[in-house]
Amino acid sequence: MEMVNITIDTRKIQVPKDYTVLEAARYANIDIPTLCFLKDINEIGACRMCVVEIKGARSLQAACVYPVSEGLEIFTQTPKVRESRKVTLELILSNHDKKCLTCVRSRNCELQKLAEELNIKDIRFEGETHEYAIDDLSPSIVRDPNKCVLCRRCVNMCKNIQKVAVIDTNDRGFKTIVGSAFEKPLAEVPCINCGQCINVCPVGALREKDDTDLVWEALANPDLHVVVQTAPAVRVALGEEFGMPIGTRCTSNMIASLRRLGFKKVFDTNTAADLTIMEEVTELVGRIKNGGKLPVITSCSPGWIKFCEHNYPEFLDNLSSCKSPHEMFGAVLKSYYAEKMGIDPSKVFVVSIMPCTAKKFEAKRPELSANGYPDVDVVLTTRELARMIREAGIDFNELPERHFDDPMGEATGAAVIFGATGGVMEAALRYLIELLEGKPLEKVEFESVRGVDGVKEVTLNVAGMEIKAAVAHGTGNAKKLLDKMKRGEAQYHFVEVMACPGGCVTGGGQPIQPSQVRSWIDLRTERAKAIYEEDESLPLRKSQDNPFIKKLYEEYLEHPGSHKAHDLLHTHYTARENYPEDE
Amino acid sequence: MSSNNCCCGIVDEKARKLQEIIENHKGQKGALIPVLHEAQDVYGYLPMSVQKTISEGLDVPLSEVYGVVTFYTQFSLKPKGRFKINTCMGTACYVKGSNLILEKLQEKLGIHVGDCTEDGKFSLEACRCIGACGLAPVIMINDDVYGRLTPDDIEKVLEKYKDL
Repeated sequence: MEMVNITIDTRKIQVPKDYTVLEAARYANIDIPTLCFLKDINEIGACRMCVVEIKGARSLQAACVYPVSEGLEIFTQTPKVRESRKVTLELILSNHDKKCLTCVRSRNCELQKLAEELNIKDIRFEGETHEYAIDDLSPSIVRDPNKCVLCRRCVNMCKNIQKVAVIDTNDRGFKTIVGSAFEKPLAEVPCINCGQCINVCPVGALREKDDTDLVWEALANPDLHVVVQTAPAVRVALGEEFGMPIGTRCTSNMIASLRRLGFKKVFDTNTAADLTIMEEVTELVGRIKNGGKLPVITSCSPGWIKFCEHNYPEFLDNLSSCKSPHEMFGAVLKSYYAEKMGIDPSKVFVVSIMPCTAKKFEAKRPELSANGYPDVDVVLTTRELARMIREAGIDFNELPERHFDDPMGEATGAAVIFGATGGVMEAALRYLIELLEGKPLEKVEFESVRGVDGVKEVTLNVAGMEIKAAVAHGTGNAKKLLDKMKRGEAQYHFVEVMACPGGCVTGGGQPIQPSQVRSWIDLRTERAKAIYEEDESLPLRKSQDNPFIKKLYEEYLEHPGSHKAHDLLHTHYTARENYPEDE
Repeated sequence: MSSNNCCCGIVDEKARKLQEIIENHKGQKGALIPVLHEAQDVYGYLPMSVQKTISEGLDVPLSEVYGVVTFYTQFSLKPKGRFKINTCMGTACYVKGSNLILEKLQEKLGIHVGDCTEDGKFSLEACRCIGACGLAPVIMINDDVYGRLTPDDIEKVLEKYKDL
């Protein structure tokens, strides 16, 4: 890499030629405040918080977009710079609702932090303010434009990374507002509820629909048997809400705090992930042997499912008919478990703790119910669980060791890795190969489907047959893969798609890390490491070895793909119109 | 495309023109704004159905199309009348009382700025300087300029369009 010599606050340093001033300052350990900047997602120099003086430049320049060059002299802390940043921030604050006390992002808000860091004591500008309606019609996402700072991170995440593109900047000047076409609520546009917009929002303008009250009510209702299940990705991120380093496994603390909250049983969604593998691989083998529709595309990610229903209806028959794991689990809890425990299924109240906002929408799909009850009653995100733990005054870091409850608590490593991109594929391969070759699989790791490349492909020779598979994460990458398949340029047997970049570990319901962290640390990789550690730590690493799953088939479901399994564990999909006209 | 489904020939003709406009610009860099201009010339405004057709035709998300349409005041989401009244609110006209002219127009037509009369005859806009400051205050109705107006003149001006 070619280097250039620059001077920053009188320090002479060498930095790579393609650095911006912001990157150079970071390299020199000099902190420049930012607000709109989010590396690789939003580098537009819009908010002017990161301005610096550059020798010879006519005016202050935005460090996040200003490229370094040989001999560049930069000043990051002159009176002019400090005054400009303060005025800019005060102007942003003058049209902000400033309801920090009741804001979901209080203490984790980039605007609040800036106000503190820049030592804002008074807002000198008492200008006009907006009073916009809050859009809370979506079951997953709430938009509050009164808190929006127009940084455009959500717009660029939605448009450029996810290729969903349901929000943009409307109108101009003071009236500029981030919103959907024709100011429609998110519930009426092809939003996939992935929640990636929430994860990049620096303030509280985007948040999940908070359903904690429903859970508190259920827990207080003596007539209900309230059980909870947790997705694999929750245990590797929840700790961040309580000051643990990124990528810390906190499975035991999570279970212990759920017990203290009063759930009758704490179950692991991973059990159902093992069940999903049994059903999905059986479906795949069936389609391969009987000339059915290929590739089979995974159906665990409800954001991806809605994306497909809106944008690629021609692939709906490719989707696995398997419900997503937590929905399968809900169906099993309200049938097999209820029967076994002698509880009326109408009294079983299932709460799912998910890294996901799209699961909230999914749980409300009418087709996801069995015997007249919704499979899952309430979905909470990882963040909402953290709020409940705080509200209950539980000291998350000081809890006794706890394990998931029997009779459904045992799960395998294959299920844990569902939380990272490529995980469902790897778990499926661990069963598929054994099934086709008819002998135990020795090496269970498939490195080629791990990691954060947007699209990963693998070809395996299994029992004399060439099996082709592909993995895409983030709907933008999924779009690339599907377009390639549409053009006939690629054929596969099995495809995994996760709506969120990185898979569930960086799902839209996970703890939010500010730009200052996620611009420089790859959350996807750090949290996935913890997932693979958990996989390695488990005695059983193949879904087909899960003793509970074996028992469940013996006692209740007969065999994978049985009629009963189909009734309980499978679903169907519907093409959805984008922007139905109301004129 | 919904506008194709209409049984009335005029709409079909407009839809055909819109397709032609899209085809002419497809694949060009920065095609959106010229297409919006030409589409507005055909339809008089840019309703949702037209924006959807453009979005699909140019492969630009509808949210982006709408963002551009609402950014530029030139583009309209509401239909325009056969006679478009533009009231100049530039400095010279304003000090000569163009706000009173505008008020009178709103009162006589029974509509607000930006709207169109129910019969589709008149639409009313306020604009910046039209370069006829010597005649202030002025209004334009389509391409005709009316200058040195007082609120009392408005009735007479509108009378001219009575049978048109």
